This record gives sequence, C-alpha cells and structure tokens, in this order.
Amino acid sequence: MAEPNPQSVGIVEPQTLHVAETMPLDCGKTIERFDLVYETYGTLNADRSNAVLVCHALSGNHHAAGYHNEDDEKPGWWDKCIGPGKMIDTDHFFVVSPANLGGYNGSTGPGSLHPETGRHYGPDFPVLTCSDWVRSQNILREALGIEQWAAVIGGSLGGMQVMQWSIDYPDRIAHAIVIAAAPKLSAQNIAFNEIARQAIITDPEFHDGRYYEHGVVPRRGLMLARMLGHITYLSDDAMRAKFGRDLREGRINYGFDVEFQVESYLRYQGASFVDRFDANTYLLMTKALDYFDPAHETGGSLARAFAPATARFMVVSFTSDWRFAPERSREIVDALVDAGKQVSYAEVTSDLGHDDFLLTMPHYVHTLRAYLHRVACERDT
Amino acid sequence: MSVPAAPTRAELRPELALISDWIAPETRVLDLGCGDGTLLAHLHAARNVAGYGLEIDADNVIACVAAGVNVLQMDLDDGLSQFESKSFDYVVMSSALQEVMRPDLLIGEMLRIGRESIVTFPNFGHWRPRASLGLRGLMPVSRTLPNRWYDTPNIHLCTVRDFEALCRDKQVEIVRRHVVNHAHQSNVMMRTFPNLLGEIALYQLRGHDTG
Repeated sequence: MAEPNPQSVGIVEPQTLHVAETMPLDCGKTIERFDLVYETYGTLNADRSNAVLVCHALSGNHHAAGYHNEDDEKPGWWDKCIGPGKMIDTDHFFVVSPANLGGYNGSTGPGSLHPETGRHYGPDFPVLTCSDWVRSQNILREALGIEQWAAVIGGSLGGMQVMQWSIDYPDRIAHAIVIAAAPKLSAQNIAFNEIARQAIITDPEFHDGRYYEHGVVPRRGLMLARMLGHITYLSDDAMRAKFGRDLREGRINYGFDVEFQVESYLRYQGASFVDRFDANTYLLMTKALDYFDPAHETGGSLARAFAPATARFMVVSFTSDWRFAPERSREIVDALVDAGKQVSYAEVTSDLGHDDFLLTMPHYVHTLRAYLHRVACERDT
Repeated sequence: MSVPAAPTRAELRPELALISDWIAPETRVLDLGCGDGTLLAHLHAARNVAGYGLEIDADNVIACVAAGVNVLQMDLDDGLSQFESKSFDYVVMSSALQEVMRPDLLIGEMLRIGRESIVTFPNFGHWRPRASLGLRGLMPVSRTLPNRWYDTPNIHLCTVRDFEALCRDKQVEIVRRHVVNHAHQSNVMMRTFPNLLGEIALYQLRGHDTG
C-alpha cells in the first residue's frame, strides 16, 4: 500500500457467510451449503437504513475497495468510486460488496470443493443466472439484518443484477443505479462471449472443466478470452490514442512475435488475468450475461417486466461504450418511462469505452454523487 | 443532511410561474428542455404533478438530479418517438422552440404525446427587434434575445403571426395565448397588439385529434 490516503477505506478483511439452506436455481438444480464472501465499508447506522449493495461485473469480486494488507499494490476494483468523500461515500453509506456465487477466490464456485464428494465442482457447478445471484444476495441481506437496501448499484453485468433486484425484490430496494448496462445481450454480444468460451473449452488443458484434478489450467484459452474481452471494453478511439500503431522496437520485423504495442498490451492483460481468474468461472459469467433478459418472462415487453418495481432508477451510459452503447441504456429508460417508473438518465461523454464506469469523469461522479446525496438525505429524514 | 426544499411559485422564473398556473394538479408532465428542473420540482411539491424533464446539458442534468427531478439526458433533435401517444397530460417547452432543428415536427410530436401542450418563445415580431433590423439594419440584441447573430443558439426565430400561421396550417387548436414583456407583465395594449408589443409569447395548444 502506498502512503496513507484519507480517501481510502484502508485495510479491509473479507468476511464469509456460511449458508446452510438449500437454494433453488433457475436451471432447476439446487445448491446447498455454500459460502458467500463479502466485504463491507463504512458503518451501518442505528436503524440499518444506509446500506448500499454493490454488484460486480464479469471479472469482479468482493474486493471492491481498500487494501487487504500493507503490502498490497493495487486496491479493490472500484476503489476510485468507493470511499470517504468519494462517489459512493462511505462517510454516509454502509457499502456491502459480495462476490457472486460461481466466482473465483471468493464465494463458492467451480474451483471450490463439493461438500459431499470432496472433489472440485468443476463442470458440475450449476449454470447460474442474474436471478440466482440476486436470490443469494438476498440471503446475505437477511443475514446482515437489513430491511431494505438504500440503493443497489452496479455497472455492466452488475447493472443487470440491479435491474433484477428491482423486479425480484421490489420491497427490498429503494434506489436502483444501473450503469453501462443493457436490457439483454445483442447477437453480437453473445457472439463475442461464444468465441471466448470456445477459446477456453477447446484448450487441450481444459479437460472438460476438470483441469484442477490434472494440476493444470487452460491458460491459453483463458488468456485469449480475456484479450478478446479487452477489445470490447475499449473504444476504437481510446485504443488509437493509447497505442496507435506504435511499434515496440521501433521497426517491423516481418514475424509473428509481439511487434505493435497493442499486441503487447493485450498479451499482458491476458497473461495477468490467468493468474487471478478461473476458466470455469469465466464460462459461467458469460452464460449469465447471455441469459439475462427480464422481458423474456413478459412476452418481450421490458416495460411489463419492470411492472413490479417500486425503486427509483438512475441509469447511466457512456458515449464511447460500444459493448453496451447508450442506445442500450435508453431501451431500459424507455421501458421504465412506459411503465410509469421514477427514472433519471445521464449519458456521460467519455473516451475510454465500456470500462469508463470504473473511472471518475466529473460529469459521471457529480451526477451519481448528487443522486446518492439525495438517497442519504431521504434516509436521514 | 436534509433535502433542499422545492422552489415556491414566487421563486420561479416569471415565465415558468405563468406556465405553472396552466397546469392542473395531479397530472403528468413532460418538460422539454427542462433546464435545472425548477418547474418540475415546483409542480411536484405544490401540485403533486409527476413527470420527466428532457435536457441535453450535463450541468443541468446534475442540477435536476440534485433537485430530485426525473431527468432524461437527450437531444430534442433526436426525436421523441420513444414516448407513447397521449402518455402525458401536458408536454411543456419553455423558450426552446427557436433552438431546435425542426420546430414544426417537434410541435407535432408534442401534440401527439400530450393531451395538451404549452409552448413559449421570444417574439421576433416585437417592435424592438423590428426597429433594430428595420431602422438600424442590425440583427437585434436585447434582453429576451441576448446573443449576437454568430453565437446565437436561436436558429428558428419566429413572430406571433408566424407561429399562429403554423398552427392554422397544422390544424392546431390554440386553447390560450398570453403575451408579456421582458418583465413578464401584460396589459390591454399587449393583448390588443400581441405581435408588436409582446416580447414573450405563451401558448397552450391542443392537437387536431385524428382519433
């Protein structure tokens, strides 16, 4: 950890909720005896009304803010936005950040040991949906004694969980903050996910998902999946600005080693991802993305899907995001307006692309700060 | 911490105060170019009016969010096709008509979406702009039209007569008309010669219902 930062939540320790009950899943299977790992930042107030749930995206986990120890080089994945005086202000809110079921190095997932067989779940781990995650997060809410979340907030796949919360547990969520999300994946989105999955599944070291038992990991496949993902997280302009056609050695070598800086960047991102992520988890996360489509239950009408919701909504998109472009957020907004729900929408001018939601452009931060300030005020009165 | 109180009628910009008088309690309003959201915040607090504002400017969007107003950041020139017909009691557009690409099409959309529409604009037929152009040969710069020809956002200025001609052509019913000076006051002379003496025009419109 660098020098003490008054805007950091500091050293945090993950906590674990051991769930003894059996939870039904959308796929028809059940899961029993699982762990939910989570972190919290800030202080729960006396009437337990200032809790904010953070839902993470594809490669996220419970470690959203702060550091795990003094020597940690990197803070949690959303540290720029969570902390004292930050966008999600821990001086006012008690922030709860769980790791999703099926994840890696956190809540129970394919890399965990099955309580009965003692073997890694691997490919036997059930395929999950956003509804399943929300159901498990609701178990955590009950365990923490929180009647209603002051807000549920998330970007990308996290934003999809926020929408699912508003539909599945309307009484338990006062404000829904949906960032850089989409009401469902497009064919193009699913196509990218499928290539990522095929890269993993066809890696000779995948072993039908039982690679743990072979003492290997499908490095190449997972690396390719991440490289592909990274292309979709950045805008064309951002890549041009960051790398252009810059050459690593200043000249072309007429070969297939890394020559352009962008190749070097992607290989680095892919390689470092392999060390901190699990291939089976990647498969599960992309499937949950593909399946998300709340309007499917209501004959294709997203407005009718939102009918049960009572939360107020704040929807945010980024102009340079082509993975979930502003048009996709406007589909959400239009449905909410049609359903007569309370909703605001900000379209933030940005450069980077989908990953902008992790950063701190002034318009983005000021909008959400203003929104959350009102949430905090409501809670006080 | 406490939520800042919504503005009272006396705290509203005079033009917005006049508009607010035309809006019945317990209704649904769509405010096009809602600025910092004061009209909607006032209507919600004073008349239990629900609604949304559309606004393109980022700082105004933040101000709306801070005021607890439902605001949707979008460009009026992108059209309003996403809003269902007759889904609002009123569609309001205050002093934005002259800034949009196609005022005629936008008015058509307002009348489709709202049971009634309220439109205000600076009257280019007022004697002052006429005098500026007619006598001095200069594009008018005034309190109601403060920009110069090269930096003005006003690309479709019109007069009271122009506007009413458009309403006739489009079979738009003028429910009410009110013209005021820059201080938002009216008098008999202004009511008699609205195009010459009115600086700001307010209209309440109803569409020709095609059923």
